[in-house]
Amino acid sequence: MITVDRLPETESAAHAGLKRAPRKIRVLTTDDWLSLAGSLCSSFAIVTVGYEHLLDGSGTLGFLFCWYIAFLLIYACLIAMSSSRHLVVERLVTVTLYIAAALVISALGSTVVYTFGKGWHAFVHLNFFTHDMSGVSPTAPLDEGGILQAIVGTVIEVGIAVAVSLPLGIGTAIYMSEVGGRGSRLVRTVVEAMTALPEILAGLFVYVTLIVGFGLPKSGLAASVAMAVTMVPIIARASEVALRVVPNGLREASMALGASHWKTVHKVVLPSARAGLATAVILSVARGIGETAVVLITSGASSFLTFDPTRNPMNSLPLFIYTAYVTGEPAAIARAFGAASVLLAMVLALFVAIRLLSRNEGVTR
Amino acid sequence: MVPQILTGRAVSSGGGARVDAIEVSAWFGDTQVLDDVSLSVPAATVAALIGPSGCGKSTFLRVLNRMHESVPGAQLAGEVHLNGDDIYAPGQRVTTVRKRIGMVFQKPNPFPAMSIADNVTAGLALTNVRMSRGDRSALVEDCLSRAGLWNEVKDRLDSAGSTLSGGQQQRLCIARALAVGPEVLLMDEPCSALDPTSTRRIEETIAELCSQVTIVIVTHNMQQAARVSQQAAFFLAEQGAPGGIVESGPTLQLFENPADPRTADYVNGRFG
Amino acid sequence: MTVASDVSPTVIGLQPRPPQRLVPGLEPSDRIFHGAVTVVGISVLAITGAIGAFLGYQSIPTLHHYGLRFFTQTSWQPELNRIGIAAVLVGTVEVALVAMVVSFPLALMLALFISDYAPKRVKSWLVSAIDLMAAVPSIIYGLWGFFLLQPHAIKLARWLSQHFGWIPIFHVDTNPNAAVWQQSRYTSSAFIAGLAVAMMAIPLACAVMRAVFDQAPLGEREAAMALGGTRFGVAKTVVLPFAKGGIIGGTMLAMGRALGETAAVLIIISPAYEIKARILEAGTQTVSALIAANFGNATTSQLSALLTAGFVLFLITLVVNTGAAVIIKRGRSGAHTEI
Repeated sequence: MITVDRLPETESAAHAGLKRAPRKIRVLTTDDWLSLAGSLCSSFAIVTVGYEHLLDGSGTLGFLFCWYIAFLLIYACLIAMSSSRHLVVERLVTVTLYIAAALVISALGSTVVYTFGKGWHAFVHLNFFTHDMSGVSPTAPLDEGGILQAIVGTVIEVGIAVAVSLPLGIGTAIYMSEVGGRGSRLVRTVVEAMTALPEILAGLFVYVTLIVGFGLPKSGLAASVAMAVTMVPIIARASEVALRVVPNGLREASMALGASHWKTVHKVVLPSARAGLATAVILSVARGIGETAVVLITSGASSFLTFDPTRNPMNSLPLFIYTAYVTGEPAAIARAFGAASVLLAMVLALFVAIRLLSRNEGVTR
Repeated sequence: MVPQILTGRAVSSGGGARVDAIEVSAWFGDTQVLDDVSLSVPAATVAALIGPSGCGKSTFLRVLNRMHESVPGAQLAGEVHLNGDDIYAPGQRVTTVRKRIGMVFQKPNPFPAMSIADNVTAGLALTNVRMSRGDRSALVEDCLSRAGLWNEVKDRLDSAGSTLSGGQQQRLCIARALAVGPEVLLMDEPCSALDPTSTRRIEETIAELCSQVTIVIVTHNMQQAARVSQQAAFFLAEQGAPGGIVESGPTLQLFENPADPRTADYVNGRFG
Repeated sequence: MTVASDVSPTVIGLQPRPPQRLVPGLEPSDRIFHGAVTVVGISVLAITGAIGAFLGYQSIPTLHHYGLRFFTQTSWQPELNRIGIAAVLVGTVEVALVAMVVSFPLALMLALFISDYAPKRVKSWLVSAIDLMAAVPSIIYGLWGFFLLQPHAIKLARWLSQHFGWIPIFHVDTNPNAAVWQQSRYTSSAFIAGLAVAMMAIPLACAVMRAVFDQAPLGEREAAMALGGTRFGVAKTVVLPFAKGGIIGGTMLAMGRALGETAAVLIIISPAYEIKARILEAGTQTVSALIAANFGNATTSQLSALLTAGFVLFLITLVVNTGAAVIIKRGRSGAHTEI
């Protein structure tokens, strides 16, 4: 018997509402949610009651750990009552993965929230952003002094570092990717090896050669050079990846139109890789502004505002945070947190910039 | 005597189970790809889904074992009944459904890190079913025999699954699917990537299996559909519209005496 | 009558012409372009190579001045002319190991969660969160570790030394069961520094692992799903075996970063120059913290000693990073993973 499976129009109109709407495919049943919630609450209750007696004084971390173990045990028993063994294992693994993810995310969240929270005391004073610390002692209250010299210092130092490392890094990337040849393999190996260089060694290198060796003063310029030493390999490697991803067909099309290699790179390859290159630069900038060890060694921690990177010691945000912390004074530590908040806000802003760039260009990671 | 797989379900007496798809529509995001498809496959028979590329045959197949929902954004309307039970009912576990309705894919995909024997029992390992060693070897031999591969690999059961030829890999995948004891086997163009000899061997396997499992096979090869299936359904998607079944019925009748002119056109090679 | 001057030799029965190398002629602008870019590349090579060579070269005056005892001496007392990096190297490795023990399981679980378990909308947010975690400067983690984490972590340290103190690494030289226990014996330890460094290791390892997990072939994943595999079953059978190279390589990369970490360690630890396995106890020292603390008032020979210590650290980091890159490339996913 042949069936033609299109229902006559009258019936289908009546069924239209029921048929056309997609149905919700629920993976977890009400029972699943209830057993989850019940295990959470009951384990919490048990641990709260028993913790004081059994493990007094072991603190919050211990409490959370015991809650986790109790939760696993209770949940496992609940699931085992209604399902087979392998489903119990599966559920426990799922739950543990969720908890691990929550743990890491909340650690990150606590860092951000804590930093901004403790920095708030300094923020509310406008002089924090507009004054520097010249003539102000670390123990002075928060309505005196500010971190303007550190902010300016960071901007100038990182600016110079980027101005130096950008052409070097992208130029090296172009060399490795577009020109190639035997030399480029050696360059690539060395560049990759140098990404392993700890930042403090870059600082120490500049210190020993320029400051001790040539007798130059500790200055913002020295810090910029050391920063550039760490940034160039990062930019070079990330830019090379961005250039390599550009489809070869584009290059060939350009050359087939008679363009020279330089024109191809300049007008076709670089614009196509724009988002990747910008991301590489922003990533290295985010790395650079947070580098404490470098500025600790190569730029002195000055307390007065200066725009000249070549002669005088220049302060910067990470350095200010460290020197303020070392004093141990409460007011200084409050300022340190304020500076940390500014630093974190800068990193966040750079980060948002990367996200927007990726989204605009349709790059997925 | 092959030990029964302990999944806590009743084995249907005739071998294989009846599959009924009732008014199934499917979406990927907002794009509808299947519109109001209904099909009934009696137990222990072979049904072929034929039609040109892109008409939703594979999507419909994946709806039958709840693989459709593994794609993010996929949506579904309608019901699919296995021996009368709706597999999409709220209480149904996806993993149980997939154990009762197995699938063999177009491109053979044995697990490369496992030996041939381990590949066969991979379904059991995935669901933590424990078996004694004797039972395991008996199961491996039984499934490989049913898939028509036993004689060729019986002395190298420990070599890697990736060392087999394409046709052998596909038969290994069939053996792997059989090891979990499904009542229905879905096959998505299983021979399209294989040479004619392997194709013929797999068609022989299908003929041998069909008394034990219900088989639904998607195929582009109409001669193959005529060779292996008792029932066929012709899928078609008009330009820009979602796909659906134009006509379904006994295979020979669909080929020799189709009711719909579009079926006649396709069967006679005028398009697709 | 036309003379065919370019008749193919084969027609006449001679040998076919041999292949000729084609040398593309470069435009003048391209010559300049290639030259400029090559100069840049070579100079970067020269500069970075010079840095590496300079650091290595400093080992000569160091060995000259302090002898091979430099590698076995534990104390750092410049005024007595007794300095050595034995204790410092051990401390560096201890802090890095603590960081890796904590971050390896968390990074693995987080990466598996993101690639296989997270709902689609949450997935991109999580990836961004991981990248943000990697971008946060280490001094902020240092502050966080010292002010927020340490008060809680020392209680955990005390519990560990109370119940597992018979294991040498958990032993602390004080009485953990005293009614008023000495908090200062547990602060500023390798353990707490390791926890702060873990915050930097986790995102690095997780990013590599996640990138590799996402490349697990869809065909194998679907085969495992179609067999009735649960999510964890699919992960265990398909994703994790596929990603072995990425898991190990990502962990090693993170370890390389942990070894060189300065700011967070500086803030948290209190310097102590002895080789000890007691990570819960206050006091340790790492190479980078050593350099940061001592560069200011170092004489020339002490400076070269610091440079040598730094060079040893660089070599270790280099070996670890290179090993990581090799392992990732040789894994099944190798060709497509960028680290």
